[in-house]
Amino acid sequence: MMKPQNEFNFTFYLLIVPVLLWLIFMIVIPHAELLISSFLVENDDGEMVVSFANYIEFFSQKIYWLTFVKTAAYSIGVTLLAFIIAFPIAFYLTKVTTRKNAAFLMVLLLIPLWVGELVTVYGWMVLLGDNGVINHFLMTIGIINEPLNMLYTNFSLVIGLLYMSMLFMVIPVMSTLQSLDDSLIEAACDLGASKWDIFTKIIIPYSMPGITSGAIIVFMLVIGDYLAPNLLGGKNSLWFTEQIYNSFLQTFNWNEGAAFGFLLLLLSSGIIWLALKVSGQKLEKVGT
Amino acid sequence: MIRSLPSSTLYRATYRAYVLLFFAFLLMPLVAISVLAFNDSDFISLPWNGFTLDWFFSATDERYGLFADEELLTSIYTSLSTGFFVAVLSTLVGTLAALLFEEEQFRLKGLLYFLALAPLVIPGVILGISILLTATAAGNHIEESFGLDVELFRPSYWLVILGQFSFAATYVMLLVTARLKKFDRTLEEAALSLKATRLEAIGYVTIPFLRPAIIGAFVVAFILSFSNINTTIFLIGSDPTLPIDLYSRIRFSSTPVLNAVSFMVVLVISVLAITNLFTNRSKP
Repeated sequence: MMKPQNEFNFTFYLLIVPVLLWLIFMIVIPHAELLISSFLVENDDGEMVVSFANYIEFFSQKIYWLTFVKTAAYSIGVTLLAFIIAFPIAFYLTKVTTRKNAAFLMVLLLIPLWVGELVTVYGWMVLLGDNGVINHFLMTIGIINEPLNMLYTNFSLVIGLLYMSMLFMVIPVMSTLQSLDDSLIEAACDLGASKWDIFTKIIIPYSMPGITSGAIIVFMLVIGDYLAPNLLGGKNSLWFTEQIYNSFLQTFNWNEGAAFGFLLLLLSSGIIWLALKVSGQKLEKVGT
Repeated sequence: MIRSLPSSTLYRATYRAYVLLFFAFLLMPLVAISVLAFNDSDFISLPWNGFTLDWFFSATDERYGLFADEELLTSIYTSLSTGFFVAVLSTLVGTLAALLFEEEQFRLKGLLYFLALAPLVIPGVILGISILLTATAAGNHIEESFGLDVELFRPSYWLVILGQFSFAATYVMLLVTARLKKFDRTLEEAALSLKATRLEAIGYVTIPFLRPAIIGAFVVAFILSFSNINTTIFLIGSDPTLPIDLYSRIRFSSTPVLNAVSFMVVLVISVLAITNLFTNRSKP
């Protein structure tokens, strides 16, 4: 098909110019600036000089790197838990229940997802507090006499992190399970395979792309989360994003905050890169 | 274990109980805040003291309801208008990006596509601080060179919009791309061979086909903006969005008006989710 060359170019530029503006000014330059800022330190004369001091500070202060390691470990743990909790639900919605039921349950899934994290975290504060709904209920029916200390602990932290992330595991797993042909499972069953065998040898391997996408999204949300650690976690459950927040908005040491931010970015992209390599998936698939 | 296969009663009962438990867990916080929004008490806790609408309408000194609270109404308005601009901007750029990556071939396409997907794997906090650093550096530079103080380069309303746009556009692009993959390219080619320009072909053939996805993406971008806090918290100026306002209230001065606001959010979102169910059903 022949087209006038200049007209083709016009459309092409119409498409590419806004996209380039977005990617260069909102993604590339800010992250370059983040990296550069992290190597700058103000010297005694008030001038900015290049130095590794921000990174040295991170490795010399135990609290920083301990928080860093804890954040990484908890994020991996929560991702695993989210998989264990969410997988049976995704399977139920796609393969077990009727389509009508599934559509109704999907609405119930979408509501907490769309309501946003702040409202749901607040809901957990109301539920878990010392005078909260759960303690009130347990004391009224006489199971306990003293309120249980649940809020501001690692327990409430994990609940909050799981709650805001696990639905992002359900949805990608559902979309891969939808394309799994039921007759594969029927055939395995006719040939006498046990439920466990069917799950571990057919269903899980088949839904691996969905699981990887879900795991990456969950991990990313959890490691970068600020609200759940800040509002539900206790004084001892520091999260690395809180260190970044403190450097930026409390001590106003932006260059140190930039170094922390860059370390968090390295950590999250490193683990995601590893997950993609191990599972043989591509980043392009994660979003779909 | 699946619809077509029989399984034992015990297996089915256990599975159902698990699903029930899961949904109870899911809805518990939303139900709790909604119910407590109507509790006639000055504290956000049980016991139940009777039904009241004070936390919505009252305007006395002790009880300051949602619709009497200027500050809260202003932050809701800020969130709505921010969400609108973010949705417009990211729907526009995200749709263009989807068309670009699906229909055009050019050098460095792979690299650009990778960059467009990057916001999926960049924590929101990092986007927030890096945009803050860049805007401040640019603002300082302009002030030193030209003596101008540009609001966009300080934490402000417009900087929040730009910051939220930077990741919302990625989600729009993915939603529109998913629909574009189902598009029959021969339709566009037919338009071209009937002497339409390429721009006309996109405008009259491709865009109408994409319309449902574009509308859906607009709503998603709006919701992303409306509930965002991780990126917004670093870019906010003097006018807080609703989540920022609620966040500072939760930390410093909780009253049941927080429940009233949360209830309204849950209500609006539930209506949206149910509408979504019925519109999806009416289409095959």
